[in-house]
Amino acid sequence: MDYENAEKILEVKHLKQYFNVGKADEVRAVDNISFDIYRGETFGLVGESGSGKTTTGRAIIHLYEPTSGEILFDGKNVDSFTSKQDQHDFRQEMQMIFQDPYASLNPRMKVKDIVAEGIDINHLAKDDADRTKQVEDLLETVGLNKDHSSRYPHEFSGGQRQRIGIARALAVNPKFVIADEPISALDVSIQAQVVNLMKKLQREQGLTYLFIAHDLSMVKYISDRIGVMHYGRMLEIADADEIYAHPLHDYTKSLLSAVPVPDPEFERTREEIAYDGSGENDGKERRLVEIAPHHWVRAADDEVAMYKQRAQEASLIKE
Amino acid sequence: MDNEKDILEVRNLQVNFKTYAGDVKAIRNVNLDLRKGETLAIVGESGSGKSVTTRTIMGLNATNADIVSGSILFKGQDLLKKSEKEMQAIRGQDIAEIFQDPMTSLDPTMKIGRQIAEPLMVHKGMKKEKALAQALEMMKLVGITDAENRINDYPHQFSGGMRQRIVIAIALINYPEVLIADEPTTALDVTIQAQILNLMKELQDKISTSIIFITHDLGVVAGMADRVAVMYAGKIVEYGTVDEIFYNPKHPYTWGLLSSMPTLDSSGDSLPSIPGTPPDLLDPPTGDAFAARNAYALKIDTEKEPPFFKVSDTHYAATWLLHPDAPKVTPPAQIVERQKKYAKMQKDWLAAQKASTPIEEEEEQQ
Repeated sequence: MDYENAEKILEVKHLKQYFNVGKADEVRAVDNISFDIYRGETFGLVGESGSGKTTTGRAIIHLYEPTSGEILFDGKNVDSFTSKQDQHDFRQEMQMIFQDPYASLNPRMKVKDIVAEGIDINHLAKDDADRTKQVEDLLETVGLNKDHSSRYPHEFSGGQRQRIGIARALAVNPKFVIADEPISALDVSIQAQVVNLMKKLQREQGLTYLFIAHDLSMVKYISDRIGVMHYGRMLEIADADEIYAHPLHDYTKSLLSAVPVPDPEFERTREEIAYDGSGENDGKERRLVEIAPHHWVRAADDEVAMYKQRAQEASLIKE
Repeated sequence: MDNEKDILEVRNLQVNFKTYAGDVKAIRNVNLDLRKGETLAIVGESGSGKSVTTRTIMGLNATNADIVSGSILFKGQDLLKKSEKEMQAIRGQDIAEIFQDPMTSLDPTMKIGRQIAEPLMVHKGMKKEKALAQALEMMKLVGITDAENRINDYPHQFSGGMRQRIVIAIALINYPEVLIADEPTTALDVTIQAQILNLMKELQDKISTSIIFITHDLGVVAGMADRVAVMYAGKIVEYGTVDEIFYNPKHPYTWGLLSSMPTLDSSGDSLPSIPGTPPDLLDPPTGDAFAARNAYALKIDTEKEPPFFKVSDTHYAATWLLHPDAPKVTPPAQIVERQKKYAKMQKDWLAAQKASTPIEEEEEQQ
């Protein structure tokens, strides 16, 4: 990752997203996380279910009202978009691809109307002919046929539906796309097709992705940088290759050690590393500390030395 | 292959589903053997027929299923000839199943102790107190913490991983001879998945069950299976030991599956993917069903169905590429890497064998 010329497109600062605030069943789904996403990169967000990765994505696109904290998109606070016009513009620039291609398309709408909904709302088409042309171009971009435009979602397979979902997200020419587990509902052979399509579109249109997933090998493949979440907190952020080769936080180590690898010889000798999460709640003040260049780990003040030591052993820093 | 060790033999199985659009040919002539104490993994995409195969074994198919032909021999008896009542006595007693979704496969209104004890009461006519005591033992065995206090809890009070442990406890309480696990960890997180898989291996050693393991995750297969069968469009296209399938695959579909999964070392601009989608089984194509998506397809693939060609005593693949007259092709780069690794592993293995028997080595040198 080239940090020299990197320009921030999204800044998340001390984001907290609590549910049922003040009640007995208060849930701290996202608890004070901060990170930046650079223009043109793919930032992967991984974690177990309940770690708060989906909530983070939804808070960024403002489907929730954050409990506290700031989200800056292109330098502007997302919370400050109060007028209808500002909100329109924001939603045009940021789009979402959803997890379930079966539930996220309206079964009563034709594909062309699903894809064109954003075009209509944002008045991006001059006339009907232009609208039709835009839809057909989009369908072609995602590898579908223009004849498909007058069909209904149930006539398509899961992989094709996910392509429709991608075409819909791209219809309004977004800069930033949040993809929430876009491939986990698809078959292995189809997953590779969709991931290749997303990479191709990123190259051609300069898109920035926030890629949320629990499939760690796929996340590593598609991401430039990766953030690891657990219990609503960000535990480690680093370049994709580095975090996989040299994880510093115990939780990241444990998570990576549990990934099944399609290699019987490797599997026979694999050892899982157990992780005890109770240490995270010992009352110590913790924050993300840059242990090695661009490698951040959540640590208390008295743990920094230990992580530095680990980084040295992995020769991430020289002393 | 009438083997003494085979506990389950599926022969020439054909299953159609009657729909308004016509007959969906879901299983098209499947043959399978399950040996005592082994884990056989069936891999394939959704719609390839892996779940229908096992549901036919269990006698749990939907009412529009039509078993056209075939037999399923369990210890010499044909399960397809059994009445529903006889099957009820077998299910949960001799053959048990772990279902995919732990959220929906438990009864939400019944205490979990009772759910685990139920197979004992139904099949063995055990009294409730005794069955519950045994259920408690089983809960401890599958690693449910604080079992004494949780035996009267309801499913919604447990996490997904714990619920799957409960499902496993129910399936294993009668020590079944065959356990069918249909995507048992697909709904779980990787760390929980690792725990459940370890638990299954441990329990298999303890009660020596044979397992049919259905999954689409090749990583899980590599860790769990002794033998692997690859299914495509209602047929088995390749089967062999886990090493043979992962290091020396012969069928282009297996090549595609293995290369389209990124490993933690993958990089580059695009993943090798299998183009297109699986065929419509209402009207399966003539010849090899995979031909339309196969970069290595030969002319004969569209005309005639390939038979199984023997690779080794344990390894068979249905592809014309193995025919003596077929042109030589180079598999995808990732597969070549795997074959190299396999060759090296075999060399090391032979070297280790030689080292342990030095006398033979001398003879060979002469």
